[in-house]
Amino acid sequence: MMSDLQELYQEVILDHNRRPRNFRALDDARKAEGYNPLCGDRLTVYLRVDDGVIKEATFQGSGCAISKASASLMTESVKGKTVAEAEALFERFHRTVTASPDAPVEDLGKLSVLAGVRQFPVRVKCATLAWYALRAAAEARGDVVSTE
Amino acid sequence: MTSGTAISAQRTTPLDVAAVRQDFPILRQRVHGKPLVYLDNAATTQKPQAVIDRLVRYYTEDNGNVHRGVHWLSERATDAYEAARDIVRRFLNAAESREIVFVRGTTEAINLVAQTYGRTHVGAGDEIVISTLEHHSNIVPWQLLCEEKGARLRVIPISDSGELDLDAYQKLLGDRTRLVSVVHVSNALGTINPVDEIIRLAHRRGIPVLVDGAQAVAHMKVDVQALGCDFYALSGHKMLGPTGIGVLYATSSLLEAMPPYQSGGDMIRSVTFEQTLFNTLPYKFEAGTPDISGAIVLGTAIGYLTQVGLDRIAAHEHELLEYGTDALSRIPGVRLMGTAKQKAGILSFVVDGVHPHDIGTILDREGVAIRTGHHCCQPLMHRLAVPATARASLALYNTRDEIDALAAALGNVREVFA
Ligand SMILES: Cc1ncc(COP(=O)(O)O)c(C=O)c1O
Repeated sequence: MMSDLQELYQEVILDHNRRPRNFRALDDARKAEGYNPLCGDRLTVYLRVDDGVIKEATFQGSGCAISKASASLMTESVKGKTVAEAEALFERFHRTVTASPDAPVEDLGKLSVLAGVRQFPVRVKCATLAWYALRAAAEARGDVVSTE
Repeated sequence: MTSGTAISAQRTTPLDVAAVRQDFPILRQRVHGKPLVYLDNAATTQKPQAVIDRLVRYYTEDNGNVHRGVHWLSERATDAYEAARDIVRRFLNAAESREIVFVRGTTEAINLVAQTYGRTHVGAGDEIVISTLEHHSNIVPWQLLCEEKGARLRVIPISDSGELDLDAYQKLLGDRTRLVSVVHVSNALGTINPVDEIIRLAHRRGIPVLVDGAQAVAHMKVDVQALGCDFYALSGHKMLGPTGIGVLYATSSLLEAMPPYQSGGDMIRSVTFEQTLFNTLPYKFEAGTPDISGAIVLGTAIGYLTQVGLDRIAAHEHELLEYGTDALSRIPGVRLMGTAKQKAGILSFVVDGVHPHDIGTILDREGVAIRTGHHCCQPLMHRLAVPATARASLALYNTRDEIDALAAALGNVREVFA
């Protein structure tokens, strides 16, 4: 197996794909759906926001390993953050997965495992799908956000 | 392929795949350090050197506008363009060249029929019959038409193996059916539909039939008169030709009666500000400067296909399909989708616990190009209860070694996702 594939499909990612965390719906929560028409990935992100703070983040849906693992890791990492902090984290995450392959990897905690996506530009949409849905849910738009 | 093609192919020498591969320069490339294994032919095929050379020669020696100049180059371009039309006519065995309309591709051919024949023959309460196997381009134009006219879209169901339910089809045909539009070969599953039977049943009731031939023409012999179809649509880029060119075949009696599609130059006989007289067939349907080089080069691609021989190609691809079906069936966790008895060279599959998109990425790193996704057949994916499939689609230049490379790369997928 080649090393960039190993970097993409790290054990942590495969684990989150197999056993996604916070993989459930939330009643009475803000929600938004992310849809990638290219591959049919479809995720719904649910948020319980209290006083501008994300108390709970969950998701449901189907998708490839990258989109599922990214969604799973995202729900873990935004819990307890303010909506503004989550948005800032998304921006840093987006920068990381779209950086040139030899740029240094910013420390994003757990999310750093997704840095391997930068070697696979066509997979950036998979990694960011849940984040776009999170943004829409936080804004309580409740609509479908599409990657196209 | 049908047993008829297989039998006649036995009389000829088998296809010399090594020689054929020499004709396709792109196949010599390496991808991520591995030899390119191109198995995405249903999306678009690669082009032989003869096609590439003809395109260059057209712009080097022949370029002029068609049907409007008295000068030498315009005449040269016009002659070559009209010669290409006759090559297409012979290829499809149409009765007349004027039944061959150059369009951008299958999508435009179907839209042309929907917008002209459809808009003048379909009214409120009428019905159009399509099938579960259709590509979006043979669904959406009819949906829009039905919406506009208050008509109804009826859908022929399929079996789990991906075959059309002909009993259900017969029951769908009724007094309100205005058109049947079905795919010849399914791009997602490879099913070869019994279009002759479908046409016969529709014609018994006087209903015209459109056949979407996008995935058929580069893989089997097609004779529009023997089929008796009323419309036949194809794309040049899926048959070794360039993108941007395609063909609508329609019987001259239908074309005569249809209103024009687009309007402008070339499609008119005379224009005053009071009135426009439309040009004769097929020019009535070719408004504006057409894709001249595309049509000419499509003629070259057809020449190549006929020289290699469609019977030979069909036999070669069928042999590879059987080899590939066997190879993939042996890999634990791989499930083939679409197991119709009559099948063209398409291997659609899913792998337990692995999303097709991840399969595609891992295979690409091995130089193996396949398509993953819904293949523009979302209603079919819904019927099969999968979000997407991985699809390897064959062409004349593919080899057993390439099937082996696909199978080996699928071993990697299982390793990564173990
Ligand atoms: C069965 C079928 N019909 C129609 C089309 C549309 O062809 P084009 O995009 O060349 O218009 C395709 C292409 O994928 C196809 O496979």
